[in-house]
Amino acid sequence: MLQVLRDLGEYVRAALPQDRVDATIARGELTLAVQRVDLIKVLTFLRDDANCQFRQLVFLAGADYPEREERFEVIYHLLSLRHNQRIRLKVTTDEVTPVPSATGVFASANWFEREVWDMYGVAFSDHPDLRRLLTDYGFEGHPLRKDFPLTGHVEVRYDDERKRVVYEQVKLTQEFRSFDFLSPWEGSKLPGDEKAEGKN
Amino acid sequence: MTPTNTCTLNFGPQHPSAHGVLRLVLELSGEVIEHADPHVGLLHRGTEKLIEYKTYAQSTPYFDRLDYCAPMSMEHSFVLAVEKLLGLDVPRRAQYIRVLYAEISRLMSHILNLTSYALDVGAMTPLLWMFEERERLMEFYERVSGARMHANYFRIGGVSSDMPAGLAEDILAWCETFPRVIDDMETLLTENRIFKQRTVDISPVTVDLAMDWGFSGPVLRAAGVPWDLRKAQPYEVYAELDFDIPVGRTGDAYDRYLVRVEEMRQSVRLMKQCLEKMPSGAVRTDNQKVSPPRREEMKQSMEALIHHFKLFSEGFHVPAGEVYVATEAPKGEFGVYLVADGTNRPYRCAIRSPGYVHLSAMDVLTTGHMLADVTAIIGSLDVVFGEIDR
Repeated sequence: MLQVLRDLGEYVRAALPQDRVDATIARGELTLAVQRVDLIKVLTFLRDDANCQFRQLVFLAGADYPEREERFEVIYHLLSLRHNQRIRLKVTTDEVTPVPSATGVFASANWFEREVWDMYGVAFSDHPDLRRLLTDYGFEGHPLRKDFPLTGHVEVRYDDERKRVVYEQVKLTQEFRSFDFLSPWEGSKLPGDEKAEGKN
Repeated sequence: MTPTNTCTLNFGPQHPSAHGVLRLVLELSGEVIEHADPHVGLLHRGTEKLIEYKTYAQSTPYFDRLDYCAPMSMEHSFVLAVEKLLGLDVPRRAQYIRVLYAEISRLMSHILNLTSYALDVGAMTPLLWMFEERERLMEFYERVSGARMHANYFRIGGVSSDMPAGLAEDILAWCETFPRVIDDMETLLTENRIFKQRTVDISPVTVDLAMDWGFSGPVLRAAGVPWDLRKAQPYEVYAELDFDIPVGRTGDAYDRYLVRVEEMRQSVRLMKQCLEKMPSGAVRTDNQKVSPPRREEMKQSMEALIHHFKLFSEGFHVPAGEVYVATEAPKGEFGVYLVADGTNRPYRCAIRSPGYVHLSAMDVLTTGHMLADVTAIIGSLDVVFGEIDR
C-alpha cells in the first residue's frame, strides 16, 4: 500500500515538469503540496490521467494558521474509484490572494469553495457564484478564522416593540470562560529530569 | 427589458417536505423548474468551530447532532480518525459492537428516509408501520447508551460500556422478524402505481454526473456504481463480514428507493453476523492514557485516580498530524479531516457530510422537472440538515 502511494507521488511529480509538486506520505495518506498557479493543471491531470483517474473531488476544506506567512490552507481530497485510492492536495494563500477555482474541473467544488469563502474569507477566482453559504444573510466576518471569537460579534432577539428580530452586540452576562488545562510544566525542565532522561 | 414568464417561488424554510430547514428558491416557468437555488445554513451551529475549543473526548457528542437520524454513524468517523492519529488498537468486541450499532443506525436512517419520502409523494401507511420498528431500534440505542438518539456511545478506543445482558438475544429476535416488515412495506410501495408514477424517471443520475458532483452512498450506487466504503476500504471488521452491495440501473428516484430497501435487508444480515461472531472481552482499550479507569479501580489505585482526573480535565494529547477518515454512513461517505497540533484539542476538524454534496447538485437534478417532483427529489436524496448545515 505504501509503495503504491510512493509510486503515485513520484509519478505525479514526474509528470508535472517544473518540479513544484511536493509529495509527502504520512499515516498512509499521500499529500501533494501544490503551487497556486499549478492547481488547475494538477487537478485536471489527476482527473484525466489513466494511471490516476481521481474522478471525484470528495472534499474541499480550509484551515487557518495565523502564524504563517500565507495563513490559509485549502485542502482538496480526491478519490479514484477505479484505483481505490485517495490523495490530498494543498495550496496556501493569504487574505487577499485568490485561489483558482476548481469548479471548472469538478462540479462538486462549487459549494465547498463557497463555504471556504464564507468561513475563512479565501477568495476563489473564476468561481461562478461566490456567495456566502452557511452564515446568516448580511453576516460580517469569517467565523472559522482563528482570530474570530467563539461567541461571535452579534446576537439576535425578537424585539416586541419593533415587532421584528433585531441584531445587537453580543452581551455576555458572565465573562467567557476558556480553561487552559495544558500542564504548565509540560515541555519545561524540572530539577531531576536529566536523571530520568539519562536512563532511557 | 425583455418580459419573462418565470416566477420565483420560495420552497421552505417551513415546508414539511423540505426535510428540515431548507429554503429552496425556485424559478418556475409555469410548473417547470428552470433554476433551483438552495439556501442552506439555517441550522448552522458552528460545530467545526466549537470542536476546536473542546477536548477530543468532548467532541464526540457534537457528532450525534450532525445526522440526527443515524447518530452513531457520525461518531464512528470521528473516533476512527482520532484512533488513527493516536495509533490506537481497539478490542475486537468493541469493533463488533460498533459495526452492529452502525448498522442499526443505518436502518434507523433508511426507515426514516424511505417512509417520509413515501409520505411526501402521498403514501402515509409505510411511515406508521415502520416507525414502530424504528422505535424498537431506538430502544436498542437506549439500552446500550441510555439515550434514544444522542447516544455518545462510541468512545475513542472502544465504546462507553458493554451491552447489557439479554440485549444481544433481543436484537437477534428482532432481526428475525424485521424482514417481514420490510416485505409488508414493499407491498405498499414497490409496485404501487402512484409511487412509481411519482418516482420513476425522476432526476436520473448518470455515472458521469455522480462522479463530477462527488456523489456517494445510495445515490451513487443507484446510478450503477458498485462502490461502498465498507467493501472498498474496509474499516473495523467489515472485511470479515459477508454482505452484498445493491446497485441500481438508471439512478432515478425510484432506484434510490430500491437500493435503500435492499440495503436494509443487508444491514439485518450484517447485524446477525455481528451477533454471531462477537467475541467476549473488553470493550474499550486498556490504554490508561486515553481510556478512563473503572470506578472500582479509582477507589483502590492512586494512579487510576490521577488518570481519571487528567482525562476529564485536560484530556489526552494527540500527536501532531492530519488524517482524513471516511466511513460509509447511511447517506453516503461521511468524512472527518482532522488536524492535530499535539495538544489536547483538535486544531481543525472539517466535516464532509454526504447530504451537503448531494444537495449542492440540486440545481442540476431539478432543472426541467415539475414543481411536484421537487419533494420526490429531496426525499430520494435523503437530506438531513443537521449534517448539511453543521
